[in-house]
Amino acid sequence: MIPFEHYLYISAALFCIGLAVIISKRDVIFVLMGIELILNAGNLNLIAFSKYDPVLIQGQAMALFVIVIAACEAAVALALVLKAVNHFNSSNLDDIDKLQG
Amino acid sequence: MDQLITYVFYAFASLTVLSALAVLMLRNILYAAVGLMGTFLGVAGLYVFAGADFLAVTQIVVYVGGILILMIFGVMLSRKSSKDANHVLSSTARRAMSVVVSVGLFCVLFLAISQSTFTAIQPNGEHQTSTKIDTLGKLLMTDYVLPFELAAIVLLVALIGAIYVAGKKDNSKAP
Repeated sequence: MIPFEHYLYISAALFCIGLAVIISKRDVIFVLMGIELILNAGNLNLIAFSKYDPVLIQGQAMALFVIVIAACEAAVALALVLKAVNHFNSSNLDDIDKLQG
Repeated sequence: MDQLITYVFYAFASLTVLSALAVLMLRNILYAAVGLMGTFLGVAGLYVFAGADFLAVTQIVVYVGGILILMIFGVMLSRKSSKDANHVLSSTARRAMSVVVSVGLFCVLFLAISQSTFTAIQPNGEHQTSTKIDTLGKLLMTDYVLPFELAAIVLLVALIGAIYVAGKKDNSKAP
């Protein structure tokens, strides 16, 4: 029987690694990868708590919607990234600093 | 048998955390994508241990088969030259700040989790089996039918919007 807290430790580690990826990289796609890591950490928490709620599996339902929203977010974000990279000729976040171009 | 399950759980846990660390450490973005795939697969394995079989399959299909492929397409379409391939890291000050912030946050979370007691949800010796898929399906069609339909509309709108934004050629003529 795996202790319940270990899911939370793994989730906390994943969240902190995602945060470090977002802060320490300046490439757009790396930042998106960090966001995906953070979303996975949140989902892992939800599903770990849902293990002890077998009738109304609210955590799993919530995690399913989180996955759907993450798919939407990735599609829209990558479309915007393609446009921004074509416009600024750089995928460096420090160069993308004008809203009107 | 129980010990074997524990070993497999910690193997998946270490796969998850080590691949996430590889995403953090690697500078080549395609290698980092492979590390991200390891993280997604490890998280899917952890879902199985938490009794969420359907969510594990969804995780593999959506994340590994969808989002990761989309990101690799994004990498390949957005890299015109290899001049910025080695400039993925921020300045040294921001890297130091990221280490300080994330390690500090992890210490805070670790202390908070280790000192709290989850008495309300402890299973009291009864080993919980995995959730049946028809339970989730019935819940999605009864209690969660409005969020389900809304998620479908949001997905449709987001994908059409993504196609519109990425496919428009003449952005110079836009006002």
